[in-house]
Order: sequence, then structure tokens, then C-alpha cells
Amino acid sequence: MAMKIGEKPFFDRVDDALDDTFMHQSMANAQDGLRGKKIAATEGDEAIGDWEDWRSAGEEIRRHTLENLDYYLEQLSENFAKRGGHVFFAETAEEANAYIQQVAKEKNAKNATKSKSMVTEEIGLNEALADVGCQVHETDLAEYILQAEEGDRPSHIVVPSLHKNKSQIRDTLKEKAGYSGTDQPEELTAFARSQLRDVFMNADIGITGCNFGVAETGTVSLVTNEGNANMVTSYPETQISVMGMERLVPTWEDLDVMVNLLSRSAVGQKITTYVTNVTPEVGLQSVDGPKDFHLVIVDGGRSKALGTEFQSALHCIRCAACVNVCPVYRHIGGHAYGSIYQGPIGAVLSPILGGYEEYGELPYASSLCAACTEACPVKIPLHEQLIRHRQIYVEEGYADKSEQAAMTAFGIGASTPSLFKIATKGAPTFAKPFVHEGSISNGPGPMKLWTKIREFPAPGKENFRKWFKEHKKGDS
Amino acid sequence: MKISLFVTCLGELFYQEAAKDMVEVLERLGCNIDFPRGQICCGQPAYNSGYRKDAQKAAKQMISAFESSEYIVTPSGSCAGMFKEYPGLFQDDSTWHEKAQKVADKTYEFTQFIVNVLDVEDLGAVYHAKATYHTSCHMMRLLKETESPFKLLNNVEGLELLPLENSYDCCGFGGTFAVKMLPISEQMVDEKVRHVEETGADVLITADGGCLMNIKGRIDREGKPIAVKHIAQILNSRS
Repeated sequence: MAMKIGEKPFFDRVDDALDDTFMHQSMANAQDGLRGKKIAATEGDEAIGDWEDWRSAGEEIRRHTLENLDYYLEQLSENFAKRGGHVFFAETAEEANAYIQQVAKEKNAKNATKSKSMVTEEIGLNEALADVGCQVHETDLAEYILQAEEGDRPSHIVVPSLHKNKSQIRDTLKEKAGYSGTDQPEELTAFARSQLRDVFMNADIGITGCNFGVAETGTVSLVTNEGNANMVTSYPETQISVMGMERLVPTWEDLDVMVNLLSRSAVGQKITTYVTNVTPEVGLQSVDGPKDFHLVIVDGGRSKALGTEFQSALHCIRCAACVNVCPVYRHIGGHAYGSIYQGPIGAVLSPILGGYEEYGELPYASSLCAACTEACPVKIPLHEQLIRHRQIYVEEGYADKSEQAAMTAFGIGASTPSLFKIATKGAPTFAKPFVHEGSISNGPGPMKLWTKIREFPAPGKENFRKWFKEHKKGDS
Repeated sequence: MKISLFVTCLGELFYQEAAKDMVEVLERLGCNIDFPRGQICCGQPAYNSGYRKDAQKAAKQMISAFESSEYIVTPSGSCAGMFKEYPGLFQDDSTWHEKAQKVADKTYEFTQFIVNVLDVEDLGAVYHAKATYHTSCHMMRLLKETESPFKLLNNVEGLELLPLENSYDCCGFGGTFAVKMLPISEQMVDEKVRHVEETGADVLITADGGCLMNIKGRIDREGKPIAVKHIAQILNSRS
């Protein structure tokens, strides 16, 4: 399944989303709630000081890391290996999956527990492990719910099951997991907890993502609210962490900044409930922690962005602050993007990782209001990158032919004053047959789509240039 | 003070009344206005749709029209924002880049110019109505201009300004987005109109032709009894 969500064309997915009134309302409510909490924890929290300074610090750390990515990746992997861990660099999803399948086979693993991770979702790891007889159990509550409903996928980077309500969750668990209780969240959670307890005890392998790899010590840092990462990393003897190749910080001081930015931006928390830091300890006779620890570092198309205008898209720390303010996401929800990365960052990342053929429409699913850029804690110029994607889309010939012709005409019109003069003079006469009571309700040609839902203004009768000329004459 | 009027293509084609009001307000403030005749459109429709070369054509036309101006003042936060994008549009061409930077540096949105350059906040306007104000995204986020319209509107006699819920959310215009992503744009403008209605205002005021065209278009289609006005129309009013 990997990164792609759904097979339907973009506008069919949008229609599905708009028809789902529960989901639509839920997204809007969630945005309003998350936005308020975020502001309280960032601009409104005196304890943290000037939020803009934190954003600048975050941007600087991410830029420095990405500009020296090879150095820090080497430092991370050396430190990880020095303590007995195994590092594998995977260029593609297939390579990553093949390596992890191999580990599972060697361990003869039947069950794996997993703490939520976007990158394992991106590479389609669950399916790959199922192919070698190892079942992956999602342990983040939201992911557990999605896994119960076969084929359901995350609709939000931080709150993956945002599209489902309590009674839908109850029905899913009843049908798929033998649940018999009510739709009270406490009761649903208690059920999931009891189910997961056995799962944790019987896991052969623990799989996690990696919020940040700390280069100076070779540590995998995980940010969760449920503590499930601790369970995943402390029970099984074998642990596999999968990270996107950009997800690292040089030092623990940098980690401190990033965790502050992440938890405050994502859900308006001053600090997340758990920050789980795991470093290989092979031979150190630790009582908990994995005896065999693998770190799989995935490129998956990321390196295509290095050295380009999109490099800063790799600064993303997956907080979803941009998603939480995006007016487009607000109305269509996550699944309409057709990618596990939704919202503005999804519209920027998906074409980089998955190409324009598959995700070229996403950069157009934005009104370029720049709310995303304003919200990003590490200052990725998201709306500018959306425009840049559109330029490439056009330059590489993907754009609609009639649009291309219209824009060529626009370019000529907008650089030829005599033509514009004729157009402004002629507009009222040309528009006259379509004008009723001062506006156009059923416009011709390119106006047609506009007037499907809105009135189009009738061109003003008075010629402004002429008026201005006469007005100025009156002055002298 | 000598200023050049950048009336915008929407201003010239559809919103001449607002453009005239702007001229009258600025003249009352002692500005000597000229209208560079070579001006057409800032090029944003092409730029935002990814047509860089076509946007450059429009930009060159505008830069040439305005390069000798002292100040450029426009009744649109979004079009002023586009002028600020010009230097980036000519990154590979040092001659045009330099010219573009000069034009960008002397461009102001109408209310921003009055408050920040002319240092005036009370225009002596009188307008009796319950109104709410739509903060356009580009004015807010590209120009970083959030206060000037309110400073001026707060001094309009008879105007009761009501707060607009979720004012930070886009109205769904976005240039070609409004037609290219019609079903999404429709949801966005509907939510905006709903919030406007909830204020109980009789008039919606905005400083941007694009947003005005979008929100007014929807309000009129739905037959809602809410007038949509450009801020210049309110600020030039005396009754």
C-alpha cells in the first residue's frame, strides 16, 4: 500500500470527503481546537519566551543539519554501530523492506509490535512483513483502531484516526476484535489496552519510527503520548527503528529545541508525555532494552530534494502545524490527498517522493493563503514551494493544454497596453448579453466554472483611465 | 507627496468606484497622483498557476511602467504582495532583479500607505452601518499588514465594527484556485459567508479586489442581504 492512499482520481476523493459530513465537521472542530491550544502553548506561553526566536533556532538547526547531512548521518551511524547496533542505508522502500524481512526471517519472528511511524507507513512495511509470516501489531491507539478496520489509513500526520467518530470505532472493534462495550472513550481505550497487553508480551520484534536520531550519541528519540514506544522498545530482544534520512539532529541540546517545537506545534502541549530515547547497549548488560538493534535509514526519494529549492521541505519535523491551519485540509480531510502525507507539507513532499505523475495535482490543492508557512515551526516556505512545484509541473508539460494557451494569451495581454486598452473599452459591450441586474450569472467560456456557484461582476461602464484623465484636467 | 496609482486589473475592469474613492481620499491627504498608463496586471494569475515566463512578461510591463515612480499605492493587498515577489521572479537576471527590487521597495497597499507613510489614522469619514472586516491572506501574511485597516476603520464615525469568527481563514479565492478547485473553494467561501452572517453585519469590508469578487459573488448568488464594499468606499464616505 505504501505512501499512496486510494485509487480514485483526486476530484472523486474530494467529493467523497465532502459527502462525509461527519468527517468534514470533525476536521473543522479539530483544527479550531488544535489551533487554540497551539497558540496558548506558543505565542501565549510566557515560560517559553519569544516563540519567533524558537522558530528561528529550529530553522537554523534543521538547515545546518541538512546542509551537513552526510557528516551527521555518518556520525549517527558510527556511534550507533560503536555500541553494537546495526545500521542499514536503504535507497528505496524495497531495499528497506528486504533488509527488515531478512532480520525477521533470521529471528523466525511471527509477531512484531510497532509504535506509530510515518516512514514505515510510507514504505509499506506491515505488508512486507506479512509476506514473510510476521504480523505487525500497531500499538498507538489510533493506529490500532485503523488496523482493526482493514484497509483504513491515517488521515492526519499526528492524529491518524481523526476521520472516525466514537461510534464508528465501537462498531469496528465489535466487528473485528470482539468488543462488546459502549462508545465511551474510556471503555474503548481500556479494551484496546487489554488487547495490546498480550500483544506486547508476545512480540518477537519491536519496530519504531524515529522522531529524531541524535548524531552525537547514536540515539533514537521517540515522542509519544501513550508510552507505547517504551513497551515496544523494552520487551522484545530485537528492535528495528526506521528513519527518514533527514530525521536527525546533531546534539542533545538541539533535540531539546526540536522536542519543544514539535510538541507545542503539534497538539499544543508544553512537553509530550513520553520522550523515549534508545541507544544500542549490546554487551553492556542492560536489563531492559533490545539485545539486537537495527537502524534502517531510508532515502526513498528524499535525496532528490537535496541541493534544490525543496531542500527545506526536508526540515519538516512532522508536527502537522501546517495541516492544522490549512483551509483546504479543513474541508477535504486527509484521505483526499491520496498520500499518507497530507495538508500543505503533504502537497510539497508527496510529489518529491512519489513524482508528479502520481501527486502533481496536490500542489494545486491550495489557495496559497500562506497560513501553512506562517504556522511552520521550522519556517519551511511551504506556499512558495507549492508555487515552485506548479512551475515544474507546467515546465515539464503536465499542465492542461487549454490552460497553457490561456496563460500564453494572458502573458501577451498583460504586456501589451494597446490590447488591454481595447479589452477594457470593449468589456462592457462584450459582456452586455450576459449581464442581468448588474452581474453575470451564467458566464461564457472560462467564466463558466466561476458562475456555477457565484455571480461574476459586470464590467464597470465608466472607463477609469478616461475618468482619471478628465479628473486631472480639472485639477489644473 | 507624489504617488503613482496602481489601480489593478480588477480595479480597472470592475471596481472603478473603489478606485475613484481611493484617488479622492489620497488627494484630500495632499497626494499628487499620477496614473502610469503602461500598467496592466501584476501577473499573479500566471505566477500562482506556475507560468513563470508569462508572469515575467506581466512583471516586466509593470516594472517599466512604475520604475520612475516615487511611491506606488494600490487598493489591493494581494497585488501589492505580488510586486514584492518580483525580485524572486528575476533571480537569474541581475538587471531586472535590481529594477524589480526598487519597484517592490516602494510599493504600498492603500491603507498601509495612509497609516505608515502619511501617518494619518483619522480620515474624517462617516459611515453608518454595522460592519465586519475580511482580512485578506496576502495582505496579512505576505505584506504582514494587519493593523492599518483597523486603525482607519476605528475612526469612521457611525461604523460599528464587529469581530469575524475565524477571520484568519482564507475565503477560497486564490486566483485560479477558485475555479480549478471549485468544490473546495465553494466550501471555503460558504464557511466565510456563514461567519459573516453570524456577525449580524450589514456590510462586509475588505481591502482586496480578489476576495471581494469571490465573497460578494457568493453572497449575491445566495441572495443574502449583505453589501460587500472595498475599504476605500467606506473611508471616502461622508454620510
